[in-house]
Amino acid sequence: MLRKINDHPIRSVHLLRSSDPDNLFPRTLEFSPPARGTWNIVHTGMQLPESHQIYVCASGCLRGVILTAAEMGCMDRFSTIELLEKDLLRTDNEALILQGVTDILKNLTKRPRAVLLFTACFHHFMGTDLHYIFHQLSRRFPEIDFIPCIMDPIRQTKSITPEERLRREIYRQWRPLPLRARACNIIGSNLPTDDTSEILTLLQKNGWTLRDMTTCRSYDDFLQMAEGSLNLYINPFGHRAALDLQKRYGQDFLFLPQSWRYSEITDHLNRLADKMQVSRPDFRPRIAECELAFEALKQLIGDTPIAIDCTFTFCPFSLARLLVEHGFRVLKIYSDTVPAEDRDNFEWLKRHYGSIELWSTKNPDGRLAHGNTMGQKILCLGQKAAWFNGSPYFVNLVEGGGHYGFDGLLRLIHLMSAAFLVPKNLPEVIRRKGCGGSCCL
Amino acid sequence: MKYHQNAHILSTYSADTFGVCSALFELGGMIVMHDPSGCNSTYTTHDEPRWYEQDSLIFISALNEQDAVLGRDDKFVQDVIDSAMQFRPRFICIIPSQIAFLIGTDMKALAHIIANRTGIPCFTLPTNSMHYYERGIFYALEWLAKQAVQQHVPLQKPARKGTRSLNILGVTPLDFSPDSVSSLRQWALNAGFTLQSCWAVGESLDTILSSTNACVNLVVSYGGLGAARVLQEAIGIPYVIGTPIGALRSLLAEALKRSADDQHIRAPFLSGHPIELPVQAMTAGTADNPAARPNQMKKNAQLLVGESICTQSLAFALEREGAEHWQTIVPVETESSLLLPDTMQLTDETDLQPAFRVADKVLADPMYEPIIPTRYGVSFIRLPHAGFSGRLYQKEIPDLISTKGFQHLRKKIK
Repeated sequence: MLRKINDHPIRSVHLLRSSDPDNLFPRTLEFSPPARGTWNIVHTGMQLPESHQIYVCASGCLRGVILTAAEMGCMDRFSTIELLEKDLLRTDNEALILQGVTDILKNLTKRPRAVLLFTACFHHFMGTDLHYIFHQLSRRFPEIDFIPCIMDPIRQTKSITPEERLRREIYRQWRPLPLRARACNIIGSNLPTDDTSEILTLLQKNGWTLRDMTTCRSYDDFLQMAEGSLNLYINPFGHRAALDLQKRYGQDFLFLPQSWRYSEITDHLNRLADKMQVSRPDFRPRIAECELAFEALKQLIGDTPIAIDCTFTFCPFSLARLLVEHGFRVLKIYSDTVPAEDRDNFEWLKRHYGSIELWSTKNPDGRLAHGNTMGQKILCLGQKAAWFNGSPYFVNLVEGGGHYGFDGLLRLIHLMSAAFLVPKNLPEVIRRKGCGGSCCL
Repeated sequence: MKYHQNAHILSTYSADTFGVCSALFELGGMIVMHDPSGCNSTYTTHDEPRWYEQDSLIFISALNEQDAVLGRDDKFVQDVIDSAMQFRPRFICIIPSQIAFLIGTDMKALAHIIANRTGIPCFTLPTNSMHYYERGIFYALEWLAKQAVQQHVPLQKPARKGTRSLNILGVTPLDFSPDSVSSLRQWALNAGFTLQSCWAVGESLDTILSSTNACVNLVVSYGGLGAARVLQEAIGIPYVIGTPIGALRSLLAEALKRSADDQHIRAPFLSGHPIELPVQAMTAGTADNPAARPNQMKKNAQLLVGESICTQSLAFALEREGAEHWQTIVPVETESSLLLPDTMQLTDETDLQPAFRVADKVLADPMYEPIIPTRYGVSFIRLPHAGFSGRLYQKEIPDLISTKGFQHLRKKIK
């Protein structure tokens, strides 16, 4: 079943039945597969209208974020202050940042409403006084909101991640507004949720106003989100922000995980209906539609093996469980962690489908353990699964692509049919960063 | 105090760590950047066009705060050993990024431990992600040259009269597109040389290590200079500096033949005559040493921006063809002995803008375009450079080594 490297077992895979969800793979060196569709902090920050990003770090770190902005075609909203070796010893780093940001802002043709200022691991280790910097900047430019962001991957496994912090700090810019009944927000998402998803139809049908930063056209639109009495989040990176907003503004929140099973979707949507204090919708017709669609998909793809990766959806085990419950042959799952909201599905699969292969996306052995070794078509859900399996038959989505609920499931089934029938140009498709966003490549 | 490190809109050049990876990419080694995370995907996304096609062993240590604060070098060592035992690479290169550098990790000691425990050669290079890629290439190829010297076995019989063998040093995708590399090889053959090796694209480690019986070396970018010096000092292989573009195609061929015979070091783009270059320590670019050279900003200049050897060679070639002077700006590390008297070392946006403001034409990577004052009549000609814009304009990168590519650029300039 499994290949070896130099007669050693591959470290990047084991069977689900022998997996420990708290420690799927030991922490070791990391490999970066060439699938680039995931979103990073630059992409997320660009969603904030009328904002400008400034990164303060060394060239090695700057290069990734600059070229992300360049490939988005957003260099006019992006500036940098490059740290040099001399700054370790001879520079007043507070003064460097203050003067650098001041110079940058004075030279912009139009003053941004907000500046996302990213400092780095370097400043954490040097003990740079960030509070002083932000205080001074706010005094110098009172008309601009300075958003303290940190690009410090060195702390991300034990502390708040840069993605979580970014979201929390962005929403902290809201000013308190009287909370309005029947006004809610989706926070933390990179991609807008489909208009046709049951979340949106449920809200609209009951006269609720919905705002989402991904669809805000101006900074004022964004600030208006503060009047929402309810914050919804689908992306788990929104959790810290939701907690923070509840504490600061008293906004209620609801986590709607990107689950795929009927019972989970129904449960999430019912909880939303309960929060809205409206009657729970009858989802049986939607489930019937899904069943019909699954039947057709099954007839089309039969026992074709399926591989799913963790960049495709926040809940890969939920999706895998749904598929195996409908008779599909899920062969491989690519994930380095088990999200808390997906743990039950992991345990269920472990008990009932323990022969599913669980693969790491970043273990070094992945460098050599890739390519289509099965000699047959494999349908992949996600770019990383596609690359690891060398399969042009894949659904090209990240973070669920903004699809949600039964509507999202029907879309997924349609996309799986299309992906099964029409191969994609794998290297060309997966090289683009921030799938679903703007890209000049 | 005035700082010069702000960029409103400019990119930054690839980092020294990525230069090391790029230079050693194809040689069967395992390279580990000692850094939290992110560097690996930056390099493999933007600076490494071979990442999709070739399974090179380049990893990151995924250093976290706890390991850094508590000095968990043992974890790093064990992780490297585990992977080394798995992959059995030809060599292991461990390079520090800024945090490992900042906390003073003793990389040499770690390399020594790893080499002892695995039996695989392991070394480190003085990187920190706070310098540019040419410096990384320089160190990596210099290390290769030292290994080659150790394994050098002089030829029993002198080479057949009339046959001249050549190494080309300093070739990476950061400065040379795949087409340029093919053209370099073809040029060497057409010029009557047997190409012993090309450091380091399209070669195996063995080919490179056994290339020490070449008659002469050609240094086509600054990254190759350290290796050339080692081979010259230890084995006596002379070297010629320059990139074979336009008129330099024949001039370099001639210079190489003469150097193979008289053992002189030559740099025809600096002078039409043989010159002896002083051997001196590498000096940083303006990023570290703004007062390194006086910069002569001239009104109505024609400016070329890029790596020192490639760009000055191009300037020379254009000048020979068009009889108009091209002044060069070198934003990345190099040595002052390699620079023409009026070549400027400028890196930062605030330093570059005054030079661009008084120029007539600027030939540079498209990512410089936003700071070119075209409204004042300065014309801008795009010359994409992977070391600056990564993969963004990859399809537009011209093959200037070929006569066709060079002539096409000339037409664009007119």
